[in-house]
Amino acid sequence: MSMRRTRKRLLSAVAVVMVAGLVSAGCGSRVGASGPGSSSGSSCVDTSGNSIKIGFLNSLSGTMAISEKTVHDSLMLAAEQINSSGGVLGKQLQVVSEDGASEPTTFAEKAGKLISSDCVAAVFGGWTSASRKAMLPVFEGANSLLFYPVQYEGLEASPNIFYTGATTNQQIIPALDYLKQKGVKSLFLVGSDYVFPRTANKEIKAYANANGIEIKGEEYAPLGYTDFSTIVNKVKAAGAGAVFNTLNGDSNVAFFKEYRNAGLSPATMPVVSVSIAEEEIGGIGLDNVVGQLTAWNYYQTIDSPKNAAFVQAFKAKYGQRRVTSDPMEAAYASLFLWKAMAEKAKSFKTDDIRKAADGVSYDAPEGTVTVNGENHHIAKTALIGKVGPDALIHAEWSSGAPIQPDPFLRTYNWARGLTG
Amino acid sequence: MRHTSAGQSRSNYGALCGLLLGALALLVVAPAVLSDFRLSLLGRFVCYAIVAVGIGLAWGRGGMLTLGQGVFFGLGGYVMAFHLKLADAGPSGVPDFMLLYGSGHLPFWWEPFRSPVVTLLGVILIPSLVAFGLGIAIFRRRVRGAYFAILSQALAAAFTILLIGQQVTLGGFNGLNGFRSFFGFNLYDPVNKRMLFYIAAVILLITLAVVWQLYRSRYGELLIAVRDQEERVRFLGYDPANIKLVAYVLAAAMAGIAGALFVPIVGIISPANVGVVPSIAFLIGVAIGGRATLFGPVLGAIAVAWAQTALSESFPSFWSYFQGALFVLVIAFLPAGLSSVSLLRGSWQRRQRFGTRAGRMAAPQADAAPSLPSESGLSGISAGSETGQ
Repeated sequence: MSMRRTRKRLLSAVAVVMVAGLVSAGCGSRVGASGPGSSSGSSCVDTSGNSIKIGFLNSLSGTMAISEKTVHDSLMLAAEQINSSGGVLGKQLQVVSEDGASEPTTFAEKAGKLISSDCVAAVFGGWTSASRKAMLPVFEGANSLLFYPVQYEGLEASPNIFYTGATTNQQIIPALDYLKQKGVKSLFLVGSDYVFPRTANKEIKAYANANGIEIKGEEYAPLGYTDFSTIVNKVKAAGAGAVFNTLNGDSNVAFFKEYRNAGLSPATMPVVSVSIAEEEIGGIGLDNVVGQLTAWNYYQTIDSPKNAAFVQAFKAKYGQRRVTSDPMEAAYASLFLWKAMAEKAKSFKTDDIRKAADGVSYDAPEGTVTVNGENHHIAKTALIGKVGPDALIHAEWSSGAPIQPDPFLRTYNWARGLTG
Repeated sequence: MRHTSAGQSRSNYGALCGLLLGALALLVVAPAVLSDFRLSLLGRFVCYAIVAVGIGLAWGRGGMLTLGQGVFFGLGGYVMAFHLKLADAGPSGVPDFMLLYGSGHLPFWWEPFRSPVVTLLGVILIPSLVAFGLGIAIFRRRVRGAYFAILSQALAAAFTILLIGQQVTLGGFNGLNGFRSFFGFNLYDPVNKRMLFYIAAVILLITLAVVWQLYRSRYGELLIAVRDQEERVRFLGYDPANIKLVAYVLAAAMAGIAGALFVPIVGIISPANVGVVPSIAFLIGVAIGGRATLFGPVLGAIAVAWAQTALSESFPSFWSYFQGALFVLVIAFLPAGLSSVSLLRGSWQRRQRFGTRAGRMAAPQADAAPSLPSESGLSGISAGSETGQ
C-alpha cells in the first residue's frame, strides 16, 4: 500500500518538475521582433589583457585531415610570425585549435564553442562547402567572424565571413578564358558529386554556350569513388579538346592513373584541374599528372621575395620536404588581412572590423591582395599552371592584374539568370 | 518469471526514481549550471538519447540489430528542415538554395510541409510508415540476425546516396541548413534555444516513460520471448512478426522525432548525419550503456557523445585514439554495457555465497531477462566499434 502511494507521489513529482522546467524557460522573441545577429550581439571577447584569443578550426581527423592539416600548419606559422613581430594592436595572439573532424555538424559545434566558451575574436578555417554552410548560421547568430581560406563555388556573401580563397570568376572563368585562347573547341566535365562541381559545371556550361565551346559530356562520381574505368572510357570515346576536372581528394589518384592507362596524355587531351595543388601531386604520382594543367592563384614557384621568405619559413618550421599550396597561402594571408583590418579599425569588434575592411590590402606571397568590403571576398590574380617534372607547378599564364571578386557573376552577361 | 509482486513494485519504484532524477538533472540542474552553448550541446546529446531509447527497445529487448536508424532520424530531420526552410522563405516563397543551385521551382512534394500541422504529423508518421512497410516485408519473410543487420545498414547507405544526388531538391552533400526561425520563434535568440532544450528533454522523459510502461506490460514480456526463442513463441500461437513490427515502428518514430528536434538545435541536417557512420554511432552508445536496460541506452548515448566532445576539445589532434580505447575497454570488460557494472558485482556476490560452479551457472540465467539478450548481439557490438568513429 505504502509502495503504491510513494509511486503516485513520485509520478506527480516527475510531472511537476517537467511543467516547472517548461514554464521557467519561457519564450523568447518571435521572428520580426529583432533581426538576426542583433539579438545576441553581446560578445565575450576579452581585450583587456596583453593577449587576444583567436580560433583555428580545421579537420585534424577524418578524410579531410590530409588537406586541412596543411592549412592549420600554415596558420600556426602566420600566428608565430605575427607574435614575434609584436602581435596585433600590441596584443600577442593566443591560438585555440579545434578539430572539425571532417564533419559539418562538428564544425558548427566547435565554431560555437570557440565563440561562446573561448571567446575568440575571430575564427580561421573550414574547407568543404558543407563545413562553411554549417558554420555560417553560427557566426551570423553570434555576430562573430570567420576567415575561410579555400576556393569555392561562389554564390555567397555573408557579412560574418571573409572569403580569402578564389571565387569562380577568379579561378574557373580564367581557366576557361585560357582554354579558349588556346583554341579548345570542346570540353568534357568530370567532377565529384557535390555542390562545388555541380555549380562550377553549371557555370562552365553557360560560358561554353556563349563562347561556342561544345560540352561533349558531364560525369559525376561520388566523393571517395575510385573506379574510373567507365568514366575514362567515356572521356576517351568523346574525344573532347580538353577535360575540366572538379574531382576532389582521393578520386583524383584513381582518375589520373586510369587516364594514363587509357593512353590519354596532356598532349592529346589536357586535363585542367581546380582541386589539385602541390600537396596532392605526390599522392597522385608525378608520372600520372606531369604536364597537366591546374588553375589557382598561388604556386610555390612564384618568383618574388615575399614568396621566397614564406616558403623558406615554412620549410624551416615543418621540414625541407614540405611544399606550400594555394589554400595554405590563402590561410596565411587571411591572418595578416585580419591583422591589417583590426589595426585599421583599432578594434577587435566584429562591426568595427567589417566597417574597416574595404580596401585593406596585404602584400601576400601570391602578390598584393585587396579586400572588397561589399562582398567580403578579395581581389586575386589568376594563374594557370602546368605540373612540372620537379613535382611543382609552374605558372603558364597569368591574368596580369588582380581580378575583382564577383561571387554572383553579376558582371558577366552569359551568366544572367544562372544565379536566380 | 520469478518476480513476485513485491519485486515488481520495487523495480517500478527504481524506474520512477530514475525518471525523477533524470527530470531533475535535465530540467533543473543542467540549465542552472550550463552555459547556453553547453546546454545546446546537451540538447543535441538528448536527441541522440531519444534515438537510443528506440534502439534499446528494438535491439535490447527485441533482438533486432538495427544498423540503419539514421534513415528514420534523417526522415524526421528532413521533414522538419523542409518546413523550416519554407517558413523562412515566407508564404509561397522558395528556399534560398533552390534559387542558387536549381531552377527556382519548388517540387510538388515540398508543398505540404508549409503547414506546421502536416510537418508535425509527418515527423512521426513518415518514419513510422516507412518502418511499417519495411518491417512487414522483412519480418514476414523471417529475415533476422545478421541478415537483418546487413539489410538495415544497406538501407542507410542507399539513403545517403539518394540524398547526395539530389543537389537541387534536397541540398545534396551540403544538406539543408541556415534556418532562422522555428514555428515563428527566432532561432538566434538564446532564450528560444533554451526552450528547444527543454522540449527535447521533456520528450526524452516521455519516451522513457512510454518504453518503461511497455517493458512492464505483457507485450514487453512477449518481445523478450521473441528475442530469446522466436520459434517457441510461434508455437504458443503468437505471430512474432507482429510483435517485432510494433517495436521496430516505435523505434523508428522515436528516431524521427529525435531527427526533427536535432534540426533546430544544431541548425543543419546533411547526409553526414544520417548515413552508416552515424547509424553505427547511435548503436555504440546503446551498447556501451547497456542495451536491455531502461536507462542504459540513454546514459550510454549521452556519455559517448559527451566523451567525444570533451576529448576532442582537450586533445584536438589525437582524441580519436582515446575514443577507440574506450570502446575496446568497455567491450572487453563490460560486454553488456556500463549498466552491467552492478550486475557483475551481483554475480560476484552470489558466487561468494554459493561458492560452487553450479551457483555461478545459475546466476546469469536468473538475471537473463532484464539484462542480457542471449543471441548473437555481441558480435554486432564489436563490428560496430571497428567501423565507427
